[in-house]
Amino acid sequence: MSVTKPLPHDSAKLHVTGTARYVDDIPVPADCLHLAFGLSDIACGSIQSINLDAVRAAPGVTSVWLAGDLPTDCDCSPSVHDEPLLSDGQIHYLGQPVFLVAATSHTAARHAARLGQIEYSPEPALLTIEDAYLAGSQFGDAPRIWERGTAAPAIYAAAHVIEGVLDMGGQEHFYLESQAAMVMPQDGGDMLVHSSTQHPSEIQHKVAHALDIPMHAVQVETRRMGGGFGGKESQGNALAISCAVVAAATGRPAKMRYDRDDDFTITGKRHDFQIRYRVGTDESGRIEGAEFLQLARCGWAQDLSFPVADRAMLHTDNAYFLPNVRIESHRLKTNTQSATAFRGFGGPQGMLGIERVMDHIAHTLGQDPLAVRRVNFYDTPETQSGRTSTPYGQEVDDFVLDELVTKLADQCDYSIRREAAAQWNETNPVLKRGIALTPVKFGISFTLTHLNQAGALVHVYQDGSIQLNHGGTEMGQGLFQKVAQVAASRFGVPIETIKITATDTGKVPNTSATAASSGSDLNGMAVKAACDTIRDRMATHLGKNVQFEGGSVVVDGSAIPFAEAAKRCYESRISLSATGFYKTPKLEWNPETGQGRPFFYFAYGAACSEVVIDTLTGENRILRTDIIHDAGASLNPVLDIGQVEGGFVQGAGWLTTEELIWDDKGRLRTHAPSTYKIPACSDRPDIFNVSLWDGQNTEDTIYRSKAVGEPPFMLGIAVLMALSDAVGACGDIYADLNAPATPERILKAVQKVRDGI
Amino acid sequence: MSDKMHIKLTVNGEDKEFLAEPRDLLIYALREKLNITGPHVGCDTSHCGACTVTLNGKSVKSCTMFVAQANGAEITTIEGIGSPDALHVLQESFKEHHGLQCGFCTPGMITRATKLLEENPTPTEEEVRFGMAGNICRCTGYQNIVKSILAAASEINSAKEAAE
Repeated sequence: MSVTKPLPHDSAKLHVTGTARYVDDIPVPADCLHLAFGLSDIACGSIQSINLDAVRAAPGVTSVWLAGDLPTDCDCSPSVHDEPLLSDGQIHYLGQPVFLVAATSHTAARHAARLGQIEYSPEPALLTIEDAYLAGSQFGDAPRIWERGTAAPAIYAAAHVIEGVLDMGGQEHFYLESQAAMVMPQDGGDMLVHSSTQHPSEIQHKVAHALDIPMHAVQVETRRMGGGFGGKESQGNALAISCAVVAAATGRPAKMRYDRDDDFTITGKRHDFQIRYRVGTDESGRIEGAEFLQLARCGWAQDLSFPVADRAMLHTDNAYFLPNVRIESHRLKTNTQSATAFRGFGGPQGMLGIERVMDHIAHTLGQDPLAVRRVNFYDTPETQSGRTSTPYGQEVDDFVLDELVTKLADQCDYSIRREAAAQWNETNPVLKRGIALTPVKFGISFTLTHLNQAGALVHVYQDGSIQLNHGGTEMGQGLFQKVAQVAASRFGVPIETIKITATDTGKVPNTSATAASSGSDLNGMAVKAACDTIRDRMATHLGKNVQFEGGSVVVDGSAIPFAEAAKRCYESRISLSATGFYKTPKLEWNPETGQGRPFFYFAYGAACSEVVIDTLTGENRILRTDIIHDAGASLNPVLDIGQVEGGFVQGAGWLTTEELIWDDKGRLRTHAPSTYKIPACSDRPDIFNVSLWDGQNTEDTIYRSKAVGEPPFMLGIAVLMALSDAVGACGDIYADLNAPATPERILKAVQKVRDGI
Repeated sequence: MSDKMHIKLTVNGEDKEFLAEPRDLLIYALREKLNITGPHVGCDTSHCGACTVTLNGKSVKSCTMFVAQANGAEITTIEGIGSPDALHVLQESFKEHHGLQCGFCTPGMITRATKLLEENPTPTEEEVRFGMAGNICRCTGYQNIVKSILAAASEINSAKEAAE
């Protein structure tokens, strides 16, 4: 069986030789036009006049478009039709595309795009969470509120009341390959689109809408992305639409790739959040009532902010039973880039809130933070004390975290090292150590229930080779290899027999984004269904007792090579092509009431991180991290461990070095890697132990595996909590360290804890 | 528009001649004029290392060097290090130790790593991390990249010892 094997990435050989093609590597026809946007210089206001003479006169420029020149409004929104491709006269953020330039080269287009003369009538911009909250600027008629029990009286009656505020910044995706698209005009006005996107069907839909043609006239192909992380779920729409508009108007191919600066300036990022909390606990630190106010900065357009903010609410509990809880969520509208999907999709923000609460309780009660976490855990399947229901009513019936955390704490000597850190801190006045162990429970499924479907198309050729296509996209996570492993296992053939082709809306229609960690769950099952259809047809034709194994088809005990079996079936006019379809069972969810079963199952994990900080400078290092992560019965352990390691480092980056700074005019000042610091090779923990939990999914998923794309991101929370622990060693006040915990913030927190300033 | 210059380069052992504007960057000359697309444009500002090539024996970020400055130089890109049918030890090692995910940074990583191992054939883990600090990967968390380079170093060294 190919499943469970640690096979390399399907394109590994191409990647290591530089021969794997990304959109920008596809050879372009000689008459291809290259596009760039002219961007707004203010964050809020209206356009008084535009003079584009210099743009038109610039070398290489062939044409320039303003909103009025477009065939339609060319809406780019994935949700509520509120994102015209080019400004309609109103400016909503600094960096908003105002005009589109087509030129004979990428560089010529970019040079020309800087030459626009635009006069504005500026208006006051709402930039921060505080600004927007005070101004009541939000999406939706009212905040979303979900309640279970009666939080306020429970808090009032509790032995201890703890309250605080946590601010956390957003995060730039920094996929190494910036957004890119290329469109080739076809016969009769049809369009062939190459797009670096997680959502080819969305690109197809938006391009068709922009040109006012049916979806069948648009074919979108995506072989791979150079990283996505959620940033290519909706943010590629503008490029594909622009290319299609230019291709339709000129009859020439068109290509657009954002320069890194433009990518930072134009595209959405992770939502910044402020979370205000008030909880009441008993003497052991067990929560009796909790109230959370979640303020999400959504930017200028709605994009995916509603489901993101919902998922933040759905992860307010993380691993902890909250008997009485009230969660209020505001989706704030600001004059900044429209915040979008990013690995975890709001889950990390919601989860960080309750993890901060756990540490705050532990500090107030003078207890070990891990002990407080454990006393608040959901029931294990064995304990049965009535603590299994999430605030939204879904039962947690496979809670492995108690056992997993025990194992991790033992393996990494948590208690001994915590004691050693305390002793170190007694004797060292400048360098302080901190350690934290935090769990993750992450819900798996799209919360918009209809998205939980997938299709696949499988062909067996007469030489026994197999071609496979499905709706998922490859962005480095190894989805194609996992799905190929499923197909190889179903047919009992070596993995080399299977070829996976580029994701193509012409092969599998109406796909969902490769997002919500659901890629292998959904597409693996769809591929299995398609393979089994063909297998059943072959078996029925070949004999009674038929098995597919070891590269052969065994019929009544005698083996025929798979290729021979395929040939025989072909010659007997058996169809060797099939589609497969899957929809996730058991889901039932009402986001209005906040009740139901939004998730098919939960993925679990835990991380323990130890850090050291310099209390004179705020500089810090991760000394050691130990992780155990639950991927169910892993389809491919090396790919899964790769997701865990990469997810942790990206999560730690979000909470430490990755800081987005807008100035008071609304200009993003950290718009390049020179000022926006993502983790480098030397930032990884000195000691880094990662293993997978030995278990299998209790739900019937593909070979009992679990989704692994997003959950490990939240293991990075352990780093922020460890830093906070280290700061706490400087005095008696609770170190309410905000994120990202840059050296400056750590230094400030040290001064507050040590000197009360 | 500036006058075009006559540029001569030796790329992966082959002599190349073409016209370019003095302001053209080396990465665009490689990608657009010579169709050598292994080196990628990641950040345009020499921070991410996706465009790394070896120029006259040194690791260079080709997105911040004018092609005019490279005139007459000998350049090796990922395409000159090995091919799908004949992988270099480092390429085999990145593949086997899963030192890649989306693959966009991989050509630059391996091009840099070949130089690193020439400069220091027996690096410690610390030295690998320091030596690779100019190449950014957003996917892997670097764990397997470091592992791949250390494994390749030890394989190259055992092959050398066996030969001696």
